[in-house]
Amino acid sequence: MLEQLKTRLEQGYRTMAFPDGPPPELPGRFRGRPIIDTARCPEGCEECVRACPTDAIQIEAGRIRVNLGRCLFCTDCADACPHGAIRHAQDYRLAVRSEIDLTINNGDEIRLAAALNEKTRKIFGRSLHLRQVSAGGCNGCESDLNVLTTIGWDLSRFGISFVASPRHADGLIVTGPVTANMKDALLSAYHATPSPKIVVAVGACACSGGPYVDHPETHNGIGDLLPVDLYIPGCPPHPLTILDGLLRLLGRIENR
Amino acid sequence: MNTPAYRDTMLAITGGRAVLRADIPVLPMSAFQDAIANAVAKDGCRVVTHFGLPDPTSDELIVLYAVLAHDHTGRLYISATSAPRSGYPSLTPRCFQMHLFERQIAENLAVPLHGHPWLKPVAFPGSVDRRAERSSPFAGADDKVGIMDFYHIDGGQVHEVAVGPIHAGVIEPGHFRFQCDGETILHLEISLGYQHRGVQRALKGGPNKRSWHYAETLCGDSTIAHGCAYAQNVEALASCRVSPRAAAIRGIALELERIANHVGDLGGLAKDAAFLPTASYCGRIRGDFLNMTAMLCGNRFGRGLVKVGGTGFDIDDQLRAELLRRLADAQQNLLPAVELLWNTPSVTARFEHTGILPRKTALELGVVGVAARACGIDMDSRRDHPSGIYRFTHLPVVTAQGGDVLSRAYVRGLEIQHSIAFVREQLQSLPSGDTFTPFAALGADMFAVSLQESWRGELCHAVLTDADGRFEHYNITDPSIHNWFGLAMAMRGGQISDFPLCNKSFSLSYCGCDL
Repeated sequence: MLEQLKTRLEQGYRTMAFPDGPPPELPGRFRGRPIIDTARCPEGCEECVRACPTDAIQIEAGRIRVNLGRCLFCTDCADACPHGAIRHAQDYRLAVRSEIDLTINNGDEIRLAAALNEKTRKIFGRSLHLRQVSAGGCNGCESDLNVLTTIGWDLSRFGISFVASPRHADGLIVTGPVTANMKDALLSAYHATPSPKIVVAVGACACSGGPYVDHPETHNGIGDLLPVDLYIPGCPPHPLTILDGLLRLLGRIENR
Repeated sequence: MNTPAYRDTMLAITGGRAVLRADIPVLPMSAFQDAIANAVAKDGCRVVTHFGLPDPTSDELIVLYAVLAHDHTGRLYISATSAPRSGYPSLTPRCFQMHLFERQIAENLAVPLHGHPWLKPVAFPGSVDRRAERSSPFAGADDKVGIMDFYHIDGGQVHEVAVGPIHAGVIEPGHFRFQCDGETILHLEISLGYQHRGVQRALKGGPNKRSWHYAETLCGDSTIAHGCAYAQNVEALASCRVSPRAAAIRGIALELERIANHVGDLGGLAKDAAFLPTASYCGRIRGDFLNMTAMLCGNRFGRGLVKVGGTGFDIDDQLRAELLRRLADAQQNLLPAVELLWNTPSVTARFEHTGILPRKTALELGVVGVAARACGIDMDSRRDHPSGIYRFTHLPVVTAQGGDVLSRAYVRGLEIQHSIAFVREQLQSLPSGDTFTPFAALGADMFAVSLQESWRGELCHAVLTDADGRFEHYNITDPSIHNWFGLAMAMRGGQISDFPLCNKSFSLSYCGCDL
């Protein structure tokens, strides 16, 4: 018993100050939102487009567009660019409300997720219980969702928790591209969740199919199967990106 | 004493090397099967992997390959045989380690395996992978995932409990079917396939721009281990020699991956025993190790750290100093948190004698990794089949004797300490040089195999290239393939309430199996 108390004292208080205080420090090599300096792009160069494993980059009429839902946040585009025009910035804020907002024209601001409407916020704003459904993928997103429940992040201080049954839930938080083998289970879980309900897509797989985009064994994310309220890009998204998205949805982070 | 026959008939190689496909002996079916059965039963070999692919010369035939490991000599033995699509006798009744591999062959190539005691689907690939639907042993049956002929026990007190695919926690999908007598589990059958996303199929014809990303996402928590296996195979096929510095950085990353996952599992085990102090501390400290990996490469799971030819990132003096400081900090927080587990009687009482996997059963099943070492089986690919940095630096192999949850937890606890020491040592003595070696095209008509000791246990990637040096077949064997049946056997006679704790103590992968 004394040893337990001593260890407790030594471990200290570890819950981060975010969002009231600064976010936790990200490593210098962290790859957040990709940014392209088109001034450096010679006409007709499409090296980044060709290198991207998921075809997340498109060039149309001289405009470069990046689909964050497809982006694996790897280094393939930056490695392939001979002009040093593309890099991943430190910006961890990536969550958006609609599929259209996932694609950003280079140079434009990202339309970060807006809060739910007032009526829905009144219901979920202080208590949001989510049923997680893992529907394919690599278990990376699931791991970093679990991290949010550890003492450093302490998701429950926002009234958000993961529950065991869809019948106890206010919505689903889905990972994976939705394999053909998980489609029925996902839809059952959705129908078992009482309305009103929300759906959150976490990770490149759930947003777009991720590395498995266009596989016949999987769907291209949950967008075609369920009405999605929040897309959180990343492969996998950093826990900070996920938390930021959830808090934006609930109106706990605004104007920054 | 006579040399066992398989050593003359099979080709002996070491991991991380490529050989010409023409050099792999093609044996008659009976000799192929006898060699495997004898090597496993009489000479302590293990079946590392076994797979089949279509025979390009005939629609009526398939080609089977087997890779065995002889751990004491560090040798791998390979052979091939030709089998008719119309079916052939199963080897599983004589060699249980073949059982899941033969089921995969039956499923993916639609070949009936006569006399297989447990011939059921594995990944339920639907119609996508089926080349000859009509000959499939499962044709006509409902092709839906999870619908199969579960082992069933009848009796007055006997009841069935079905769990999954969606579980109570934030974990991957899978289905567990228990046959229980009251609270006692008579039998557990595990049915997977929910994570099947067609990766092995998609790897065919590679390497291309997506191949590497498949390798990194075979199993997200083992990104480094699977990445190393893939990279090592391509490097062997392209005759690329990785620099000592890159090899050391890969080793650092692989051990950080092991530490992070072991710490997470010890926290999870504490949670399942309702001991919240260690659960809370370890849950947080796991993040400290993931963040060290993120300092190396920007991603907590090590995405982009390994790349074919070396590593994508280097470690400068400033980063090295910061990593050493964080390593010392994390170690100082971690050791007392883990120590609490062993000093709390309510925890050790819960762990001890729960979910015992007998050593003999583990050997028969070919169980690998922590689960094997916890049964007193002295095996570790880092020592027995070393590649990269492990050829020069040795980590002590940790074993325990109980075969129970306590032993599996204890092995993890000690492995964490050895891995921390290893990471510190490597950081302090990083070899100089570049981290990347350019490489040429892949060799044509070759076979390469790579073994890595991931945190779960030995994983194996085997690849065959065609006449153009493209992947004709890329075969992935996650340690979980060897170990899921071990979990099922460990549950026999146990309480159904023990299942979450036992499941956590094996901590197996679904996506690594379903692929």
